[in-house]
Amino acid sequence: MPILWLFLIVSGIAIAGYYLGLARVMRSAGGDRRHMHSLPSYYGGNVAIKAAVPALLLMLVWLLVQPMIVNNSVSALIPDSAIADASSRGLVLSEVRRAADGMDRALAQGTMDASMANDPQADPDDVTSRLQDAGAIVTSQITQPVLNAAQSYRMQNQRGNQFMSGVVIVLALLGALWGLRGAQADFRARNVVESAVKMLLIGAASIAILTTLGIVLSLVFNTIEFFRLYPASDFFFGTNWAPSFSGRGGSSDLGVLPLLWGTFYISLVALAVAIPIGLFAAVYLSEYASNSVRSVAKPLLEVLAGIPTIVYGLFALLTVGPLLVSVFGRDGLGIMQAGTAVITAGLVMGVMLIPFVSSLSDDIINAVPQAMRDGSYGLGATKSETIRQVILPAALPGIVGAILLAASRAIGETMIVVLGAGAAARLSLNPFDAMTTVTAKIVSQLTGDADFASPEALVAFALGMTLFVITLALNVFALYIVRKYREQYD
Amino acid sequence: MYDASLSSGAAPKPRGKSLLVQDARTRKRNAAEKRFRAYGMTAILIGLFFLVVLAVSIIRSGVPAFTQTVVDVEFTLTEEQYTAAEGELFKTKAYEGLLIEQIRDTLEARGLEVAFDAGAIERLLGKPGGTLREHYRANEQDLGSPVSFKLAAASRVDGYLTGRVTREALQDSRFMQASDLDLIDALVSADIITRAFNWNFITGADSGVDNPGGAGIGASVIGSFFMMLVVLALSLPIGVAASIYLEEFAPQNRFTDLIEVNISNLAAVPSIVFGILGLAVFIQFMHLPQSAPLVGGLVLTLMTLPTIIISTRASLKSVPPSIRDAALGVGASKMQAVFHHVLPLAMPGILTGTIIGLAQALGETAPLLLIGMVGFVARGYPDGVLAGFTEPNSAMPAQIYTWAARADASFYEKAWGGIIILLIFLLTMNIIAIILRRRFERRW
Repeated sequence: MPILWLFLIVSGIAIAGYYLGLARVMRSAGGDRRHMHSLPSYYGGNVAIKAAVPALLLMLVWLLVQPMIVNNSVSALIPDSAIADASSRGLVLSEVRRAADGMDRALAQGTMDASMANDPQADPDDVTSRLQDAGAIVTSQITQPVLNAAQSYRMQNQRGNQFMSGVVIVLALLGALWGLRGAQADFRARNVVESAVKMLLIGAASIAILTTLGIVLSLVFNTIEFFRLYPASDFFFGTNWAPSFSGRGGSSDLGVLPLLWGTFYISLVALAVAIPIGLFAAVYLSEYASNSVRSVAKPLLEVLAGIPTIVYGLFALLTVGPLLVSVFGRDGLGIMQAGTAVITAGLVMGVMLIPFVSSLSDDIINAVPQAMRDGSYGLGATKSETIRQVILPAALPGIVGAILLAASRAIGETMIVVLGAGAAARLSLNPFDAMTTVTAKIVSQLTGDADFASPEALVAFALGMTLFVITLALNVFALYIVRKYREQYD
Repeated sequence: MYDASLSSGAAPKPRGKSLLVQDARTRKRNAAEKRFRAYGMTAILIGLFFLVVLAVSIIRSGVPAFTQTVVDVEFTLTEEQYTAAEGELFKTKAYEGLLIEQIRDTLEARGLEVAFDAGAIERLLGKPGGTLREHYRANEQDLGSPVSFKLAAASRVDGYLTGRVTREALQDSRFMQASDLDLIDALVSADIITRAFNWNFITGADSGVDNPGGAGIGASVIGSFFMMLVVLALSLPIGVAASIYLEEFAPQNRFTDLIEVNISNLAAVPSIVFGILGLAVFIQFMHLPQSAPLVGGLVLTLMTLPTIIISTRASLKSVPPSIRDAALGVGASKMQAVFHHVLPLAMPGILTGTIIGLAQALGETAPLLLIGMVGFVARGYPDGVLAGFTEPNSAMPAQIYTWAARADASFYEKAWGGIIILLIFLLTMNIIAIILRRRFERRW
């Protein structure tokens, strides 16, 4: 593992630099630390930072950039004629990568020698059988262009790695020398080290921005790619969802409306379960319950929020679904075909959302000032009248915010709908029908051996974009409402 | 007297309202009050009811996964039989024949008469000959003395004993025939078929689609463990560094605002979108290996960061400013005040938040679906620590999903069992977080 070794070497240089720096500044101060500007450890730290940080950053960037460059140059080696009809450039390239990995493996096990691995005239059949002997997963016979591309891929990667190791180590040494030059008693090491640490802190804080940027860019680029292959108007206004499974057939109907309808319908059922239960629970907990009841019931309700969604998914699929079928199914009322349906997923999701609504509303109700309750009691109102006519109106903006947050959670929920809602996309009003959602279709379009260049796979990014925009809008709106009306009663 | 004469003079007017008798309106209001209270109580009870139902159905359906039906036979192999069997062409077949004889003898000794053949034994036990042969080849000293074997029974035997497979519904197939059920009954009454704790479920790896009995969750626990290592190693330092900057150093400007808005929005982005990010950036763009715990860990890190940053900032904020002032007053730089004084005092809160964030990440499934951790059959443990990060593996929730998505209903039991293990991990983490908070929480 050369990268691990490289990392260890750079760390070693940094640690050695730390102690060298200490020794050097001690000498320069005549062995008396009172003559130094900063504490001795800052001089050591200065050397270590200058040795490690630029070198490791370079290594990181190199590791990100090298595969891209190598992939591009290898991709140029493969002529269009080498790509079979049922295949695509991406699939051929992954075959190339597999072949190259297999060669490494074969070399390590001794079934192939280095001259053969690098010989462009090598017999592809022979290479294939040797790779398979070494246990490499090569799906099919390696063709001549694939073999040459794989050899070039290996060669470039090897050279790149060697070059990177050299440059990184030299950079680390140079950094250490630069730091050591500064290890003099009058050097302001603390200021330098602290500003470097501050830069690292800023870098860590910027990761949040990078993540958002990554999400937006990966969604936007792939969505644009999708709209190039499939008209946007058909996507947004199409009422039929029927992706073809043939791979690269152009006959898919990819209308988002049935999925959006499924998403909203299931979320609606979920909210219809969660809002009344959650709100009444919050009111009871904050206004009626004694301290002991509250201290038991509140954490227990919050356990519902801590349970992983896969558990709810399984609960919907294996417990709630069969139960509902036994009541509404063929043996009962006869209006439910199968266990996976809107009502199943909605019900279970509603249970999951109860603590979201109740906890947030509870906090908000508690924040309503006591003086308002006292005023209402003083006028002779009963507790429930106070709650309905004074406290709830006062807490309403916060409660609406909580409900919106719960709705955004419901829309983005994946596992429950994947397991509990079924797979058929349809526009129907019957809650006992199976329907599907945006999230469930993202999963089904992107799992399996999809070709990432086909509209059937790319549509998942457009769906993701839709989902991202909807949930983001809901969150921003919820925060806006909460912020705007929050201070009214303070 | 004066009073009395006055009251007797004017006859007491009938009062419209008595304090002792409630009028209709008050009764109505009080009833409304009681109703309202009852609604609240009902809501709480419904919530708790769901919790109980969830817990009961998990435990009831999951516990059978931890036991397995075994055929417990005492088997004696003499030296001559061993050499004879090793000399045959079909060696495992020879062992099987010996086993069948032994079982027949045991049944006859108990007075149970059931006719069965080698096919029935194979349907019940798979191919037991191999296991026997392996044992004797490895332990030749056992020859001649009785050895007790616990051989795992096929999943349909399990199903028959738990009621999943019934005599009426059974159709003769190469997996099980009606006559086999008589044999099973006889073996059960002879105490040869018993249930034993299924260690393989906890330590083993996933099996193929055709062998639910042999499926274990151990390999995916390892996968989850490596993922959590990545999450911990990245999200704790990055999260703490980001919070320190935002809480202690950041000036009030646009850049800071941008970061804060980003963090609060990221906390609310659906987890599946992080999966899309992982797929597009880590796998398509950077060509990191699919299904690797490293990639899963990176995606989950991005997901947990907002949680950790929010809780870390809260605990940094709770350290009183007097601590900072005192440090600055004796000549520490701002950086020293933060790293030497504020951070250690905030550490318990930070650790609590981190553990809760990790617990969330451990149970997250949706992003793992997209980076290819589902459907991957983790057949063994990774060889070595580095391979643990980069080689394809499964993770606990992904493994549970894989089992739930398989057609064979006997995998459902495994899925519930997997959930019990997952919940035990989550419970432990949360309890540790609560203990940390209780022990080290400081009120200023």
